[in-house]
Formats: sequence, structure tokens, C-alpha cells
Amino acid sequence: MDGYITYLVVIIYFSIIAYLGWKGYRGTKTNLDYMLAGRQVHPYVMAMSYGATFISTSAIIGFGGAAAVFGMGLLWLTFLNIFIGIFLAFVIFGNRTRRMGHRLDAHTFPELMGVRYRSRFIQGFSGLVIFLFMPLYTSVVIIGAAKFISSSFAIQYEVALFGFSTIVALYVIMGGLKGVMYTDAFQGTIMLVGMLFLLIFTYSRLGGVVEAHQQLTDLAPLALKVFKGTGHQGWTAFPVFGSQFWWIMVSTIIMGVGIGVLAQPQLVVRFMTVRSKRELNRAVLIGGVFILIVVGVVYVVGSLSNVFFVQDTGTVAIAAARGNVNEIIPKFIDGYLPKWFGLVFLLTLLAAAMSTISSQFHTMGTSIGRDFYEKGIRGGRQTARSITVTRIGVLIAILFSVFLGYWLEKTFGGTGTAIIARGTAIFFGLCAATFLPMYFGALYSRKITRTGAIAGMITGFGVSGFWLLFMHAKESTALLLCERWFGKPSLLQHFNETSGKWVSYITGPIIWSDVDPIIFALPLAILVTIGYSLITQSLPEDHLDNCFKS
Amino acid sequence: MMGIESTAVWLAYLLSVVSALGCVIYGLVTWNRGASEVKQEDRAWLKDEKVMEEEL
Repeated sequence: MDGYITYLVVIIYFSIIAYLGWKGYRGTKTNLDYMLAGRQVHPYVMAMSYGATFISTSAIIGFGGAAAVFGMGLLWLTFLNIFIGIFLAFVIFGNRTRRMGHRLDAHTFPELMGVRYRSRFIQGFSGLVIFLFMPLYTSVVIIGAAKFISSSFAIQYEVALFGFSTIVALYVIMGGLKGVMYTDAFQGTIMLVGMLFLLIFTYSRLGGVVEAHQQLTDLAPLALKVFKGTGHQGWTAFPVFGSQFWWIMVSTIIMGVGIGVLAQPQLVVRFMTVRSKRELNRAVLIGGVFILIVVGVVYVVGSLSNVFFVQDTGTVAIAAARGNVNEIIPKFIDGYLPKWFGLVFLLTLLAAAMSTISSQFHTMGTSIGRDFYEKGIRGGRQTARSITVTRIGVLIAILFSVFLGYWLEKTFGGTGTAIIARGTAIFFGLCAATFLPMYFGALYSRKITRTGAIAGMITGFGVSGFWLLFMHAKESTALLLCERWFGKPSLLQHFNETSGKWVSYITGPIIWSDVDPIIFALPLAILVTIGYSLITQSLPEDHLDNCFKS
Repeated sequence: MMGIESTAVWLAYLLSVVSALGCVIYGLVTWNRGASEVKQEDRAWLKDEKVMEEEL
């Protein structure tokens, strides 16, 4: 990549962002300002701003790399992202969240739950869970961006990681947290244009849509050879039912991320910042198209990158990237697309990362300051110290996320693990199991009691945590606690003398140590929430009337 | 179909496009529905939210 032009374009990009941010800081450019002034934000600006918060570098680099391994079956996640993440989220959850949030004067997700169920514990505990575990999600977003920067500028990963983190930290400190709509909308537009070009270029280079798919289908024998024993059947076929790849793809990536999006704290609060149901209806239109183009393109292009790598190097994408899933998309862009596009793509990624990370730090800061400290510890009294705690919380969150970005890449980098996709899935799955039953109950049922909500939340969190630490082999092996306590990488594995390896217990199609926590934790949490609500006292009628009045 | 080997993958491809189209149709049909006046509780919430953002 031509060094000077690269630097120039990046500087111009940051100047535009800084200008838009400054304008937002000076004038009335946040959605709140518009609403307070009784004015409307253009639906395009609003939907692009949503999109930029939803989709991050983790989706583009990490899930694109995962698609290069697992294939186009990952498109099921695109479908769930559109149907659940946009349609159901906006239509079923959006307006009720907005109305209840305003009525109860709740400003964060834990606060909404805490006030709705009249429980300081729910608010404090939820805040702590978000603060402790969201850095995992933030770190994989940072890894995605740093990987691409390191590839584009041919610099070491560590240099890219710390350089990028510093830029993001400055952006956040200089007002990025304010969620300025035009900055987000600008970033969303860059993502949309960049991904659209990527799709058109890839299909046309391979001779059209059908021809491109056919060439990928023809590589199936190679996939069977490279991924022998995993259940892989080619990049345009689904893995064998009950195989290792099937469980990773379906239970971890598709289910975890597909369902988990409904209980993402940083997205839930977005519903409260819209003016009326009409804005949510309009956002469905643009959001659906945005997700299709950005996420759908990534999965298709990620899979098709195998054709390019095989034709050029004679080996599949994961082998060309030396076993590092996160390097596949950067290598593909760098090797096969026009140089100028590498630059546009770099901006696309920076855009995606900045807007997502900014909202994540906002959520982590309020979770520790407002929800955990102010409500959970101090009993609701706001002091100057809560603001200090929030700021220190943001700082700790930034440092912890950067450390995780370094450690995760160092530990899993060359092992063929789709660490970005897995990290995202773990956080999304944890949120789904911990928050989703009580969140849905809060919006739709007068019968879910405080005890039911607490019991369900603890069950979801506890089962997910236990499963990750001791059962789900990929995490329990890396976290070492199971090894230290029980002398084996997972409680669901036994040592096979013949192969000399730890292998999972298997019952029919179930490979126990590959089954994701969400498969057990979410249904259990739902059952416990309902069960306890049936036998415990419901909340006072006047409170429920206030929550549900139309 | 369309060069894609398995029905399960082809169906995911199709459903992704169809669900996005569904979002477009839903958005167009309900484009002007659901507008509401900003109430007192909304204004109070907005003011508190502004304070929270500025503190951060």
C-alpha cells in the first residue's frame, strides 16, 4: 500500500470524524438534542447510526475469517441477525423498552431491570456482570482492527494494537461517548459502501454469482481433506449433523450470537433514545438492508476467499493465513483487491470499531458507576464519587480490553481458533442466558416476580459460567481451572489411550464438550424464572399499573 | 441451486435476502405509523439522560 496516500487518507478521515464530533459537541447534534428541541432526525441518519453500533470489526474480520473456515452455512446467522436482531428486536422489544424506560426514568439496561422489578440487587448484579464481561467483547473488536492495521501497514501486531487502542481512547475521551449521530451515520455509510464494493468485486472477479458459488462448491474434496474428521463437507454445504464443526457452528456461533443480540445492554438503551414507534418502524427498513449488505457480504466473501487462495497459492484460506483465522480477511484484501480498496476497507474497519467500542465503553462506565456503585453499593445516592467511579471504570475497562486483545491473540492466534467469533459468541450467550428471561418478562408479563427474575438471572449466569469453566472444552482448556482442580481439561472429556488425547464423551449426535453453554443455560434460566414466579409474591398492582400503562 | 451444493445453505442465503426484503416492506407499510407527541415523562427522561452523558 502506498504509504503516503494511506497516511493522508487516514488523516482526512480522522479530520472529518473530529469535525463532526466537534460540531456535535458544540451544537445540537445528538439524538437527545433533536428530541428535546422537538425536531426529527432523518431516518437514514438514525438507522446508519444504529447499524454502526451493531456491527463492528469483529463481524467483518472475525466472522469473515470464520466463514472462510466454516463456509456459507454461517449465512444462517445473517438471517437471524436480520430477523431477530433487527425485526424482532425493534418490533417486539423496541417500543415497549422505550415506553417503559421513559416512564420509569431508567437510563441503563440494569437500571430498567432494577426499577421494573424494584430490586437494587438486580441492578447492581447486572451492572457488575456487564462491567466484568463486556471487555471480552470489546477486546475481540480491537483484535479485528489491530490485525488489519498490522497487515496494511506491515507492522507488528502489538504495535498496531497499542496504536489503535490509543486512538480509540482519545476518541472516547474527546467526546466519542456522546454518541453523536452524524459521526455514527458517516461511519455506517462508509461501511455500507465498502462492503457493497467488496461483494461486487468478488463476484465479478469469479465470473458472476452462480459461477463463483460453483467454483467454491468444486473445492469440496479439498475441504474434506484439509478439515478431515471435523464434519466439514465443503464451503457451500452444511457440516455433518452432530459433528464437531456442526456443534461449533450451530450451538456457539449461530445460536449464541443470533439470540444473544436481543439482550445486549448497549443496544437496549438505544431503543430509549428514539422519539416514537414510528422511528423504530423506519429503522427496521434501513437496518434490515444494512445488516444484509454488511454481514451477509462478509460471510459470502469470506467463504469465496478460498477460491482465490487455492487458485493463487494452491492452498485453502486458513492454511494461507498460517492457521490464524483473524488474518484471512486482511490477507485476502491485501492480496487480491485493488490497493485503493485496502484503504477504503481500513476506514470501514476503523469506522466500525470506533462506533461500536465507543458505545461499549459508555455501557461499561455506567454499569460500574451508576448501576453497581451508586445503586448496588450506595443504595441510590448519587455522589461526586459515583462520577469518579464511572470514569475510573471506563479507564479500567479500556486497559483490561487492550490486555485481553493482547493475551487472546497470543494464546489463540495460530491455533486455527476463530477467537473473535467465539469471544463475541461467549459474551452474547452469557447476556442471553443472564438477562433475556427477565428482560422479556419485564416487558410482557405482570406475573414475573422479583424473586423469579433474580433466580432466573443467577441461574443463567451461574450455569453459563460453570459450563465455560468446567464443561465447554475450548474455554475450560484455556482457562486451566478445570485442569488444576480436576486434572482434566473438561469434565466432559476422558483420556483416550489409543490416540493419546483427551476426547469428549459422546451420546448419539451429542459431543458433550462441544455443546455451547447457551443450549442449557437459557432454557434453564427461563424455567427457573417462570417456576419461581409461580410460587412467589408478585409485585404491587399499582407499580405494575405504572409500568404497563399505555 | 445457484451453484450452492446444499439446500440448508441455499435456504440460509434465500432467507437472508427475503428477511431483508421483509424489513423493507414492513418499514414502507408502517413508515408513517406510530408517531406520538413527546410527553412530559419523555422530556424528563431526556433531560436526565443529557445530564448523565455530560457527566460521563
